[in-house]
Amino acid sequence: MTTTTDLTRAQHVESVLRIADTSLILGQRLSEWCGHGPVIEEDIALTNIALDLIGQARLLLTHAGRIEGQGRDEDRLAFLRAEREFRNLAMVELPNQDFGRTILRNFLVAAWQAPLWSELRSSSDTELAAIAEKSAKETRYHLQHAADWTVRLGDGTAESKRRMQLALDYLWPYTAEFFADDELDRAANAAGVVPLPSMLQPAWEATVLPVLAEATLAVPARTPFRSTGRQGRHTEHMGHLLAPMQAMQRTYPGCAW
Amino acid sequence: MMATAAALSIDDAWAALGAVPDPEIPVISVIELGIVRDVQVDGDGGVDVTVTPTYSGCPATELIAQDIVAALERAGASAVRVRTQLAPAWTTEWIDPAARAKLRAYGIVPPAEHTANGSQPLHFVPRTLDCPRCGSNDTERLSQFGATACKALYRCRTCAEPFEYFKPL
Repeated sequence: MTTTTDLTRAQHVESVLRIADTSLILGQRLSEWCGHGPVIEEDIALTNIALDLIGQARLLLTHAGRIEGQGRDEDRLAFLRAEREFRNLAMVELPNQDFGRTILRNFLVAAWQAPLWSELRSSSDTELAAIAEKSAKETRYHLQHAADWTVRLGDGTAESKRRMQLALDYLWPYTAEFFADDELDRAANAAGVVPLPSMLQPAWEATVLPVLAEATLAVPARTPFRSTGRQGRHTEHMGHLLAPMQAMQRTYPGCAW
Repeated sequence: MMATAAALSIDDAWAALGAVPDPEIPVISVIELGIVRDVQVDGDGGVDVTVTPTYSGCPATELIAQDIVAALERAGASAVRVRTQLAPAWTTEWIDPAARAKLRAYGIVPPAEHTANGSQPLHFVPRTLDCPRCGSNDTERLSQFGATACKALYRCRTCAEPFEYFKPL
């Protein structure tokens, strides 16, 4: 991607936050599995994946804070922003529900992150490109783990298949947001910072559809529903997620471990 | 009290770093792990170390930086600056070949050589590893993620001992 137009500082920050917040909020949801995994190996898997995602979020939020230049570091961005300032994909703030929905969501999101990191390697924002190069290696393992489980649970027992189909029916409408371009996306893409979301769809489908087929799951029909997490308009679940996440910093401002 | 006469030499700095172990895998040093990318000394006892993190969320990253500062100060540095460099991204290919034998002796199977990065999401068949204790090939993978982000957990069906595999990155 070559720089063709300039991006305002605020636009640049928001573009990075859209990527950072998706990693952060998914990391937060996966952290809820700590101590509650169905078996110890999967408890460890989900929490390790959460750690990778939080690590990505730390790098990206630090970068966003530096671009913004108002003294907000990774902690202030994570713990002191209000709900409407978060720019994550709505799918990642949804409740975990059960292991099946958690795994399927990890799969759908990792399949989106993989081509995103790949495109970002040629971003005009060189720090973002460096973070993407690093994150791509970890996402590869997340994708393998989630795809493997999606097949085993989908093409599993009657009960596991029932739960996976419910999960797919529930999550599928939120995937439309992954590929919906808006004004900011077009401006940031024109500046060479990020790919257009719609550009990621072919690679995502090429990864996702064969796995769902192997998992013997029925892909729901597309509807006009569009979630709006990337524009800061969140589901009813976001407030409940942020409350415990931010409670300590809001109660004891400046507290540190 | 006399101040330190000689500034730290570049060789001394590297030697000091060679004695800093990875906190989770103490048999190999941060140099053997491939995370120290550059060392510069100025004439006045100042040292600049450039490191690269392994995994984004590795909780040992800050501890390693502290250990590097402490080791260089013990070696006589007056000011130590640790800089993090993200690109090029760390890869297990940077692990010193000599360190691979140390890993195996410690009970961790070293990472396989890199394959092409076009990995398929389906059918991640865990590679068959030789048990680092008894050498048997009759082993199985228990978990793709282990006690640390960088390792997977295996078990030997011959000697019944668990062991870890350092995942290729």
